[in-house]
Amino acid sequence: MKYELVIGLETHVELSTDSKLFCSCGGHSSPKEPNDCVCPACSGMPGMLPVTNKHAIELAVKAGFMLNCKINQYTTFDKKSYYYPDLPSAYQITQWFNPVCVEGSVEIGDRKIGIKQIHVEEDAGKLVHDDATNTSFVDYNRTSVPLIEIVSKPDFRSSDEVIAYLKKLKSSLQFAGISECEEGAMRCDVNISVRPEGSDELGVRSEIKNMSSLSEIKDAIEFEKVRHVDAIERHTEMLVQETRRWDDVKRRTFPMRNKETAADYRYFPDPNLMPVIIDDEWLAEIRASMPATAEEKGKVYEEMGIAAKEAAVLASDRKLCDVFDAVVASGRNPKTVASWILTECMGIMKRFEIEDLNIAPSKLSRIIELVETNEITRAAGKKILSAVFEKDVDVDAFCEENGLNAKVDESAIVSLVEKVIAENDKAVADYKSGKTKAMQSLFGLIMKELRGTGDPAMIRKLLEEKLNA
Amino acid sequence: MRLYINEINKAGNIAVDDTILVKGTPATAGSKMLENFTPLFSAEAVERLEKSGYVISGKTNVGEFGLDLLGETSYFNEKDEKLVGAAAELVKNNEVKAVLNVDLNGAPRRAAAVSGVDFIKPTYGTVSRYGIIACACSGEQIGVTAKNAEDVKEILSVIAGHDAKDGTSLPTEKYEYSLEEDVKGKKIALIKELYDMASDEVKANMDAYVASLKKLGAEVEEISLDCVKSAQTAWQILMSAETTNNLSRFDGVKYGYRTPEYKNIDELYVKSRTEAFSFLTKATIIYGSDVLAKGKYMACYDKSLRIRRIVTDKVKEVLASYDAILTPVCKETNYKSYDILESFDKVYEESVFTAVASITGLPAMVTKGVQLISDSFRESVLLSIADKVEKEEA
Repeated sequence: MKYELVIGLETHVELSTDSKLFCSCGGHSSPKEPNDCVCPACSGMPGMLPVTNKHAIELAVKAGFMLNCKINQYTTFDKKSYYYPDLPSAYQITQWFNPVCVEGSVEIGDRKIGIKQIHVEEDAGKLVHDDATNTSFVDYNRTSVPLIEIVSKPDFRSSDEVIAYLKKLKSSLQFAGISECEEGAMRCDVNISVRPEGSDELGVRSEIKNMSSLSEIKDAIEFEKVRHVDAIERHTEMLVQETRRWDDVKRRTFPMRNKETAADYRYFPDPNLMPVIIDDEWLAEIRASMPATAEEKGKVYEEMGIAAKEAAVLASDRKLCDVFDAVVASGRNPKTVASWILTECMGIMKRFEIEDLNIAPSKLSRIIELVETNEITRAAGKKILSAVFEKDVDVDAFCEENGLNAKVDESAIVSLVEKVIAENDKAVADYKSGKTKAMQSLFGLIMKELRGTGDPAMIRKLLEEKLNA
Repeated sequence: MRLYINEINKAGNIAVDDTILVKGTPATAGSKMLENFTPLFSAEAVERLEKSGYVISGKTNVGEFGLDLLGETSYFNEKDEKLVGAAAELVKNNEVKAVLNVDLNGAPRRAAAVSGVDFIKPTYGTVSRYGIIACACSGEQIGVTAKNAEDVKEILSVIAGHDAKDGTSLPTEKYEYSLEEDVKGKKIALIKELYDMASDEVKANMDAYVASLKKLGAEVEEISLDCVKSAQTAWQILMSAETTNNLSRFDGVKYGYRTPEYKNIDELYVKSRTEAFSFLTKATIIYGSDVLAKGKYMACYDKSLRIRRIVTDKVKEVLASYDAILTPVCKETNYKSYDILESFDKVYEESVFTAVASITGLPAMVTKGVQLISDSFRESVLLSIADKVEKEEA
């Protein structure tokens, strides 16, 4: 029998706010040392009262817009109670009864994934275990940092769809400035079950908690699929609804101990926080502050004269857009910049993710400028670009040190071409008799003389002209 | 009766309950759990007093987290035969001009009646709750105990007003209170159900107050308010649930009492809390956990929120035709010490007199052993009536 996967995701994303969700402590990126970024409020001291960070609500609404959600203009906060040392007040403020966004969707290829809701909540702290002294330490820097939890419907049918969704989510959230999505700032709970293909019923569900690496998510889903199918077909085990965790060393999931999965969170409305009313005016302001979508951005690039396919690639990624926009703004030709980014940069970093594109736009701009003005050859430009990627060298200094800036003298090349033609009668004759391959040997001789500093395209053109003259 | 848990300045003229934070002075809330807890900041109300030149004398003894009748469950108590409130006694003995109290479940109101002093619980949201050791955030409120209406008005004027640090603080920057309203012509509703529940001694006191009101030209009518029992139960549910949640932060991990011996984190939680909380606190926590449980939430907590709305509507309807409501604030004024195992039931029973003002957030004033309740922001009516009757009899 064939089986299909049924997967739903709960994705937690850290919001890019300047301060925490209910106090004025610095937000997502501030702290350096443990407990650097804590106050009586986010460390659960008595007497403190929460005050809602409006920016977090705005970012959540933006996420709602991106995922085609209905925005709840009356939204409330609730308390979720459980005891754990990383949760200093022993309750988490979240949105249980009236989440800020509901009923959205996102398209992955030709499939539509439903979004059940997006709600705002505070993060918990971190426990640091010291095996040497058998002691646990608590770090409250992350406590009360604002998160959104994006809850999908159980609409995924494969691990590839899950990964595509997460990649799209990540780039969209970065694009709109909702989240930096830095390492570990996007965490997933994966709800997974299998059923015979074509069935409408849902199988026994397992939830794999707290996953952040895409490759681990994929592996965990594949592992669970095999485990579930084996359990159904070969009765290897009795499936129970449970929470599991992925062990990346053992490459498999394990059930979590019961007490890590509290049974009853005793949700109730937080009486300290008034309902947040998002009136039409505020909603319109938030909508107006949305950045251009990838499609809109792509259109703009096409209008600059960039081919549709290339424009779409550039527009799909915030980082590529940022570099492209900055280099164009410095006065370079958009088509040339696009070609440099999409051909040369992407070529160099084939084995990296786009997020590793750590090149200062000013450096790329300078390289292009040097090539455009014939100060250096394109080949030399690529050499410098590689060095910039690897060691972040200074463009002009590197050029100087490596003798790449020898000004290309066109008349010198012309006479060199003429000299080579004059000295190689046989090859010239071969060429003229139709053996066009013979031109390649002449070209090689010229390049050898120039020791790689000439512009190959220009030389090829000159050579052709002279031979056909 | 131990009056102070911690004294700060013998020359001070205002004391504050130990559930209210004063920077640098331990704040125990009457609990062993917080015996060594020193806050890093002061309550907004305390800051406002200090800015206006008042000097804090010290932290008054309170029942554990303010949950009891009159302070009898304080970890710092000596054994007393007769029960009185520490704050009210300090005022009665002229040791301070006034005391700030947290009115959670009526304790400072009862204490004022027992000691024969005044107390006001102002409209919810007019005095910042920033800096109180919270239990039931939706109803608890800082109030003022003082010897007479004039002193109550003076101190209330200082502490009331918007505070951005409290999300439920109302937007008005400053409230003006007056003692100048006429009593003549005021319509007062006496609540029959509550009057009938009081002891003969309290009834006699109520009768005397009614006579004084009439003498000053007020009209007093007996009316029925059939929701007092629902208000009592609903407030018990809301108050216990919120208290359970707020007290869960006292877990022995970060500050406060930690049991000396534990094998793991669960044992640390259970033993610390078992050893440091009084019976009444534990009973409240168990009750509050139960009403929030998954299967009971709709029937208990959610229903209580609806009852709160209905009670508020009904009381507001009465206050549309009357200037104030008059009720006893306690069944008797001679409480004797009792077995701690009875405390949960005993407090619940007595809360029938105080629950209406607690659950609705309406202002309530205790004067000469009776309780007056007015519509929101009409504290001046309460203060003026109290002042005129007090002066009439002086």
